[in-house]
Amino acid sequence: MNPLIYTRYELLRTLRNRRFFLLSLGFPLILYYLIAGSQRNVHDLGSTGLSAPLYYMVGLASFGTMAAMLSSGARIAAERAVGWNRQLRITPLSPRSYFRAKVVTAYMMALLSLLALYIAGTTLGVSLPADQWLKMTGLIIVALVPFAALGVLLGHRLTPDSIGPALGGGVSLLAFVGGTWFPIPASGFLHDVAQFVPSYWLVQASHVALGGHPWPARAWVVMAGWTIVLSIAAARAYRQDTGRV
Amino acid sequence: MSASGIAAGAPVRTAEIQLSGLVKSFRGPDGPIEAVRGIDVDISAGETVALLGPNGAGKSTTIDMLLGLLAPDGGAVSVFGGSPREAVARGAVGAMLQTGDLIRDLSVRELIAMMASLYPAPLDVDEVLELTGVDGIAAQRTQKLSGGQTQRVRFAVALVSNPELLVLDEPTVAMDVEGRRGFWTTMRAFAARGKTIVFATHYLEEADAYADRAVLMAHGRIVADGPTTEIRAMVGTRTIRATLPDVDVDSLAALAGVNGAERHGEAVILTCTDSDVAIRALLAAAPDARDIEIVAAGLEQAFLALTADEAVEPTADGPGASSR
Repeated sequence: MNPLIYTRYELLRTLRNRRFFLLSLGFPLILYYLIAGSQRNVHDLGSTGLSAPLYYMVGLASFGTMAAMLSSGARIAAERAVGWNRQLRITPLSPRSYFRAKVVTAYMMALLSLLALYIAGTTLGVSLPADQWLKMTGLIIVALVPFAALGVLLGHRLTPDSIGPALGGGVSLLAFVGGTWFPIPASGFLHDVAQFVPSYWLVQASHVALGGHPWPARAWVVMAGWTIVLSIAAARAYRQDTGRV
Repeated sequence: MSASGIAAGAPVRTAEIQLSGLVKSFRGPDGPIEAVRGIDVDISAGETVALLGPNGAGKSTTIDMLLGLLAPDGGAVSVFGGSPREAVARGAVGAMLQTGDLIRDLSVRELIAMMASLYPAPLDVDEVLELTGVDGIAAQRTQKLSGGQTQRVRFAVALVSNPELLVLDEPTVAMDVEGRRGFWTTMRAFAARGKTIVFATHYLEEADAYADRAVLMAHGRIVADGPTTEIRAMVGTRTIRATLPDVDVDSLAALAGVNGAERHGEAVILTCTDSDVAIRALLAAAPDARDIEIVAAGLEQAFLALTADEAVEPTADGPGASSR
């Protein structure tokens, strides 16, 4: 009775699902090369003093990792659709072990996505001091915690045919409000809203590599708040989710 | 015709699994659908019990409540002295649900090993692969299996947990004849280890051949509960068929040893409580009866007779009411 074995098989399954794996990692890379590839010689993007390959690498790092985290929901929805969730419920697998397996798998995908973007960045001439890369990666890992809970929540609330549009639309919306594609203005309505959106702080986390400031106290509070709310909602969704789908 | 006589004759053993007064309804388009309307069943350790009934009888709903997947609206479930969840959490329950497919991207052996890792005292993975006849496809990916193979792997998933209580909801539906035979051979071997087995089926011959006891369900109620042999004895054990064009069936139904008569064109079919008495009475009353056949009724006839009673009079104190 070793719950880590279950996590290991979950990781193995994810790596073996070639379509899921390649599409999850591929799209941020394609976007990156499309956007940054044509501007690889722009060394001062919009007079920010940043090169285009660096700026977009960092932007897509937040987008790619967020999408990777939430895609765990699609896998959960698919498992539920074939009744596997009910099969697991009649085993001694604890909710804790179940969530751990799902979250670890989601993080694996997110970190692989991040790694792929780093490598892509270097092919376009990006180079950063090691400590800055580490700081950025560390803060991104923290910023992804609420998204891990959101992925599990969506997976247990939605069906396979509704989770596609939910994730597509949700990731786009979160990326937009979070400032992935263009900087959020320093004041105004969008700025005020963004302060309470987890993707905004995820983008800010990745902007550490651009010389941005680490999170202020408000960021920690907002992210902790989302983590608590979404975790409770995810746990409730899991508990209630024992019926036939 | 009450089922209580059967229950009274049952040997007194401790009930390890108790379903008492279970009630469950679901929301439907025309108001609530009462799937289970008050069920009482006590199951002793080591018993093999068939939950028998047509589609929509409430079998799967009952099994979901037994496994703790569904909370009853009323009544209680006790499994080995605790709640179903407690029994599941300590690995005492294994189950094969009615619907469900396998997760993809694992080999059959990996899937069984993964499930085994969740239990405190699982069976040996190789032993289970062999027992369930999937050792030949152990290296295949789960998404490449046929329907019958999937069903056998699902059985292996249930079996590897080495449970004290094994619950199977319509286990042989997707299996061919050979698969079914192999499945029941394995089940018998498992039951011989002193395990408690509850299985739902609408194959009457399976209940007849493999269960110690059958619980017949219809319309969310238990219409009979007892050894399969006794259930058959509850209604006519034999039927007499004869060509007899000009006789009133009601007069035939009143004959000694007969408890029902039907006309099919020129033929009449008499359901008998005692066919020896009935055939003598029939020949005395209607000496011109021809083409006479006496046929032993299976559980099927018993089943139809009992569930038909229930359909006509679906009240709590009707003839098919719960046995306890």
